[in-house]
Amino acid sequence: MSNLIVPITKDNEEKSTWQFLLHELKPKGEWFTVFNIISIPIILLGIVLIVIRFWKGIGSITNLTQEIPWGLWIGFDVVTGVAFAGGAYVLTFMVYILNMKKYHSIVRVTVLNGFLAYVFYAGALLLDLGRPWNVVNPIIGNNFGTSSVLFLVAWHFLLYMFAQLIEFSPAIAEWLGAKRARKILSGMTIAAVIFGITLSTLHQSGLGALYLMAKDKIHPLWYSEFIPILFLISSVFAGLSMVIFEGSISHKVFFDQISEKNHKAQNGILKGLSKICAGAMFAYFFMQLLVFIHGQQWALLGTPMGYWYLLEMFGFVLLPMMLFFYSYRTGNIFMIRFAAIITMLGVIINRLNVTVIGFRWDAPVHYYPSWMEIVVTLTVIFTEIWIFRWIITRMPVLGDSPEWVKEEK
Amino acid sequence: MALDRRNFLKTIGVAGFTLLAGRNLASKTSGNSEIEFQGLLFDASRCIGCRSCESACAQAHNFPEPQDEMVAGVLRKTNETQRCVINIRNTEAGEVFSRNACMHCNEPACAAACLTQAMFKTKEGPVIWRADKCMGCRYCMVSCPFDIPKFEYHSANPKIQKCDMCYDRIIEGGIPACAEACGDALIFGTRRQLIAEARKRISENPEKYVDQIYGESTAGGTGYLSLSPIPFTELGYDAKIQNKSYPELSKGFLYSVPSVFVLLPPLLLGIYEANKNSQPKEEENE
Ligand code: SF4
Ligand code: SF4
Repeated sequence: MSNLIVPITKDNEEKSTWQFLLHELKPKGEWFTVFNIISIPIILLGIVLIVIRFWKGIGSITNLTQEIPWGLWIGFDVVTGVAFAGGAYVLTFMVYILNMKKYHSIVRVTVLNGFLAYVFYAGALLLDLGRPWNVVNPIIGNNFGTSSVLFLVAWHFLLYMFAQLIEFSPAIAEWLGAKRARKILSGMTIAAVIFGITLSTLHQSGLGALYLMAKDKIHPLWYSEFIPILFLISSVFAGLSMVIFEGSISHKVFFDQISEKNHKAQNGILKGLSKICAGAMFAYFFMQLLVFIHGQQWALLGTPMGYWYLLEMFGFVLLPMMLFFYSYRTGNIFMIRFAAIITMLGVIINRLNVTVIGFRWDAPVHYYPSWMEIVVTLTVIFTEIWIFRWIITRMPVLGDSPEWVKEEK
Repeated sequence: MALDRRNFLKTIGVAGFTLLAGRNLASKTSGNSEIEFQGLLFDASRCIGCRSCESACAQAHNFPEPQDEMVAGVLRKTNETQRCVINIRNTEAGEVFSRNACMHCNEPACAAACLTQAMFKTKEGPVIWRADKCMGCRYCMVSCPFDIPKFEYHSANPKIQKCDMCYDRIIEGGIPACAEACGDALIFGTRRQLIAEARKRISENPEKYVDQIYGESTAGGTGYLSLSPIPFTELGYDAKIQNKSYPELSKGFLYSVPSVFVLLPPLLLGIYEANKNSQPKEEENE
């Protein structure tokens, strides 16, 4: 896929902005790539399914039941997708607040990823709404359900998207060659970062708090009053593992965009991230242990759900934690990537255990996502990757900013 | 009473929100009126299983007449076209009938969950659903401990269906269709009267009832109350339901929101100022 990239050459001075935009809209690079061949039919099928869904109702393509009203689209797309997008707030905290310059080169791509994740995965929420035309109600006005955790989460999604857009906007300004705008926008970065981190803390935990009222419905090994804190801590390593994973792929696919210097820095960055992941996972594991002891659920460990719980805790938290720690010590980059993948699987398993697998685990009719729900989920993911790729190949995200930015400093 | 807590929650939420949007909405909280909550009392020892309430409900809300047979041991549930169900049980005390419908909780989880106030605890007591506000997120279904709200999955304009205690009839001075149709197993009145009546029945015939009014404290108190000759769990009531109200469970989290909003940004700003000019950390060289 690496031949997909055409180096960005543009001289904005000569062309009008419209001509420039029109030109940029055209696809660049090769069409017959593996990714395109797989994703295009799925996206087309997904669009058909979405049309059916709006025409015949949610039940026509999902397996949701009266007992289990939230399935894959909420449990995976929204709850898990947002956890993976947590890398953006963690990295902006490290780079802008703690001034860890080492990670500066990956901030932009992470924020872009986070932004798109929110647009698409939180946007997937719209597909799940039965009466989406009323979605403006809690936003514009007279119907504030302020005692609702979902109200809080929805508002935070919206505001955080704006914050991320501001954080990312200097890259857009550089792409368009808008010098004045860039200056103003980058002046807003710190405020947006602080606002964004605050919002993230609250809605990452808020996604867990959504399930607090479902006390009797979630398997006791996964329900506790500490779900919000557990969700918050796990979003740290979920997000960073995603950064490691995505960074490793981008480094191959968009190889020619990345400067020599940043290529060299990559290994150091990965090592630093794996150290942080290991630390966060240690805190998380310890916290889970306390919650478990507090909950007094020893007897449940002997049941199938208990084995599943133990597998999650040991196989998908403790094991990758040790791998991260080990590979940080030895500098084994391959192992870091491996650990990141196991961690991501673990986060998926954890989120699904709370939201789908452990939710009404005792219901007479179990919920399994239909193939159509899965196709729609893939459609959302693939479309996001398409947009991501479109932006990466045009704006200075992975690569360095244009020369005029440095001159201005 | 119960409303105070709700309003408090609301105010806290509003306070948290105000910090965001800089708008004061606190004046919007609905009034602490003197009107008492109204409710229904179901007495399982008097129910004869005629299902008149089921068909009266169907007629009142334009649903098809329920056709399915009532069989002992098979639990019928409410669904999107049936807002109340009668079930039969064979017990040591003979055939006993139970009735399942929305509990009209004093502090409803569904209304606390609803982000548009479509699910709404009226000052008269019924918990109602309002089509013009609902966005169909189904969070009320996730949150209701009794699994009461039902969703029309096969409609392009889906509604949430649940018992609304015939709110439109109540505000016109009428009584719910089910209570009107029923002989004497189901009565309508203010919650206070109903509890007094239930107590009286228990104390006059202690051998006929278990000494508990289901709904008096269940889930923080409900508007729909029940009496039973056999323990309620044997009657098919969920033993897991707690006595505290369900919105209480997410209150701690909601309370912490304003403080996070007040404390975290200055803290971050402080750390930022402290690190602003620091040279690359030694970590860089690792
Ligand atoms: S029983 Fe469920 S639907 Fe009815 S008021 Fe209580 S929480 Fe709401
Ligand atoms: S489905 Fe409708 S009534 Fe239920 S919580 Fe969502 S907006 Fe409120």
